[in-house]
Amino acid sequence: MSNKVPTPDELSKIDYKPPKRKWMDTPVEFKPGTWCYGSRPKYLEAVGMPNPRDWKPSDEDWKLPENWKEIFLEGMEERLRKYRSFRLFMDICVRCGACADKCHFFIGSGDPKNMPVLRAELLRSVYRKYFTTSGKLLGKVAGARELTVDVLKEIWYYMYQCSECRRCSVFCPYGIDTAEITLIGRELLNLLGLNTDWIAGPVANCYRTGNHLGIEPHTFKNSLEFFLSDIEDITGIKIEPSFNRKGAEILFVTPSGDTFADPGTYTCMGYLMLFHELGLDYTWSTYASEGGNFGFFTSNEMAKRLHYKIFAEAKRLGVKWILGGECGHMWRLLNQYLDTWHGPADFLEEPVSPITGTKFENTKSSRLVHIAEFTADLIKHGKLNLDPSRNDHLKVTFHDSCNTSRGMGIFEEPRYIIKNVCNHFYEMPEDTIREKTFCCGSGSGLNAGENMELRMRGGFPRANAVRFVKEKHGVNMLANICAIDRAALPPLMDYWVTDVRVTGVHELVGNALVMKGEKERTVDLRNEPLTSKESKEE
Amino acid sequence: MELKTLLLEKRSVILEKWFNLILESYPPDASGFLRSQRNQFTNPVGNTILKGTEGLFDKLLGEMDSDSEEAVSLFLDNIIRIKAIQDFTPSQAISFIFDLKKVIREELKNENSGVESRISGELLKLESRIDELALESFDIYMKCREKIYDLRAKEFQDKTFRLLQMANLISDPELRSEEDHGSVLKGKDNNLKPEK
Ligand code: SF4
Ligand code: SF4
Repeated sequence: MSNKVPTPDELSKIDYKPPKRKWMDTPVEFKPGTWCYGSRPKYLEAVGMPNPRDWKPSDEDWKLPENWKEIFLEGMEERLRKYRSFRLFMDICVRCGACADKCHFFIGSGDPKNMPVLRAELLRSVYRKYFTTSGKLLGKVAGARELTVDVLKEIWYYMYQCSECRRCSVFCPYGIDTAEITLIGRELLNLLGLNTDWIAGPVANCYRTGNHLGIEPHTFKNSLEFFLSDIEDITGIKIEPSFNRKGAEILFVTPSGDTFADPGTYTCMGYLMLFHELGLDYTWSTYASEGGNFGFFTSNEMAKRLHYKIFAEAKRLGVKWILGGECGHMWRLLNQYLDTWHGPADFLEEPVSPITGTKFENTKSSRLVHIAEFTADLIKHGKLNLDPSRNDHLKVTFHDSCNTSRGMGIFEEPRYIIKNVCNHFYEMPEDTIREKTFCCGSGSGLNAGENMELRMRGGFPRANAVRFVKEKHGVNMLANICAIDRAALPPLMDYWVTDVRVTGVHELVGNALVMKGEKERTVDLRNEPLTSKESKEE
Repeated sequence: MELKTLLLEKRSVILEKWFNLILESYPPDASGFLRSQRNQFTNPVGNTILKGTEGLFDKLLGEMDSDSEEAVSLFLDNIIRIKAIQDFTPSQAISFIFDLKKVIREELKNENSGVESRISGELLKLESRIDELALESFDIYMKCREKIYDLRAKEFQDKTFRLLQMANLISDPELRSEEDHGSVLKGKDNNLKPEK
């Protein structure tokens, strides 16, 4: 390829109009920055997934098993039988287009195959060809097509450009949930060993050590001890949490991101401070050391397999109930899938807050309480001594994570907490929050580095709304209750907005929490000076 | 001044044509949405381009009767930042600037020869100013691309730092490069134990 820069005149003559072609006839092209590396064999071997081998999505030859087509179609047939929703979603779409412009990946890329309806159509066309009479007879005319290697590649490409956020489903008059279609699409691809490395790695690690990073117990403990010394420096208070303690009342589980990656680490400090202040009878586990579940981005079976460790550990330790940290998909799994997988966790007790006596009725079956509910309840009952002026250097907005909002309906609690621990809170525009929230663009295991362009596209609608409140109100902090958000939003802000940082809600709580016996605070949890303090001194 | 008056008269036609031309670089199934959906939050790409082109055009006209060059970088940046992460080559990403020349020429071609000769000097000046913007656009485009590479590298460092720190691995030469598409974080050989 020549590197010659065209002259302006040449440029103005080039016709950039793409040729008009039907989507089925437009072959997939693997554009740089839009796809993730293929899974390495050792990760697949670790959990007994099929077809482990070295492969690159950009390679011509994907080293598929010889009978790959059979495997794929049999897998499809099995799932059509097993999941009524899947069959329904394959059949009932009337292609009304209501979902078409609701996907952040379409909005940000302008690539029509990122319209939810077309994303689903990639799989649906194969379904028609092999599982419907009209498709078998009429082929293309009936929207059906042969499953070829190219079609398989196209399905792969776009199943890993969906963050399973469910925004589209909010707008579909039939309630078709394209995220479910993606889930099954990925399951089928996994039958052929076509996972991404970024997903397969955490799955293998989680299976072995209980968390995505492969952190072993002593290292997990070390990491928390790190925060304890930071907390002591800032507040003068020495905290001694317990690990793997049998007989504790509560088991606390949070995504491992909170224990190793900034800014999640500050949120983790917030949890530690809050629990200490309450004198909560709780324990950490170095085995159930992960709230997240990349198995969910692999297959239903894998999600189920990895998820149960939390409950097995609760059983082993003999706790009464489980408290969960600020995590996204952990909650969606609990809310939508747990009962089907394992039935109610009735070997545990129905959760009751030991501080306020509140019974968390909504967790009757899962016995697992979300920390936003727990803390909002504490505040409501006046159990926390809070000084919101310690967050006066922050102008905060709140991003609803797809999983906690659309997957679970947690809208009010985090807002209630923020308004009680901060004096400056501003909502983003209505079309971009609550059930209509825009995804961070990196959910469902898409938060790798190699697909940064894709993430920036998908995250643009979110970033655009943040930019609006930044310009209008001077917002400088983007709060959320999801560990993937805390990892994915900082680079998103860096590219689109600048000068807006990212925080978990419990970091803000940690800042505002007035602890018994603490020394006068001069810095926040990030070791940055408190403005209220400065101005008092002036 | 005559050119400016003419361009002001034709402002809405020029802007509309320019906007449409830019949207033609998107697949037909998408350009309709980008063009018609006028909500700045649910169609940020279309609206940023729309506002960007209006802003650029007005600034250019504003410059015509003053000596100073107006700050147009922000409008350029807003548009190019989007194109830099979409499926465009560098030349495609900045070609929209040249589209403006094309549209203005087309709009003026029906003027009578008298007008044409009177405005030719001004037009030449305007066109070379647009060329300058194109050069500036290249710079902005490069900055956006560098930012993307930067983010890739930085993300990795940020994520790794705490973990390495606590595992006493900070001086470990094993720190992988991006090409090795594995990650210490994901337990590359699970070498996370303290060394001693
Ligand atoms: S909104 Fe529902 S019915 Fe309409 S095209 Fe989308 S998935 Fe199909
Ligand atoms: S689930 Fe989200 S990412 Fe997937 S198609 Fe729907 S809107 Fe797009």
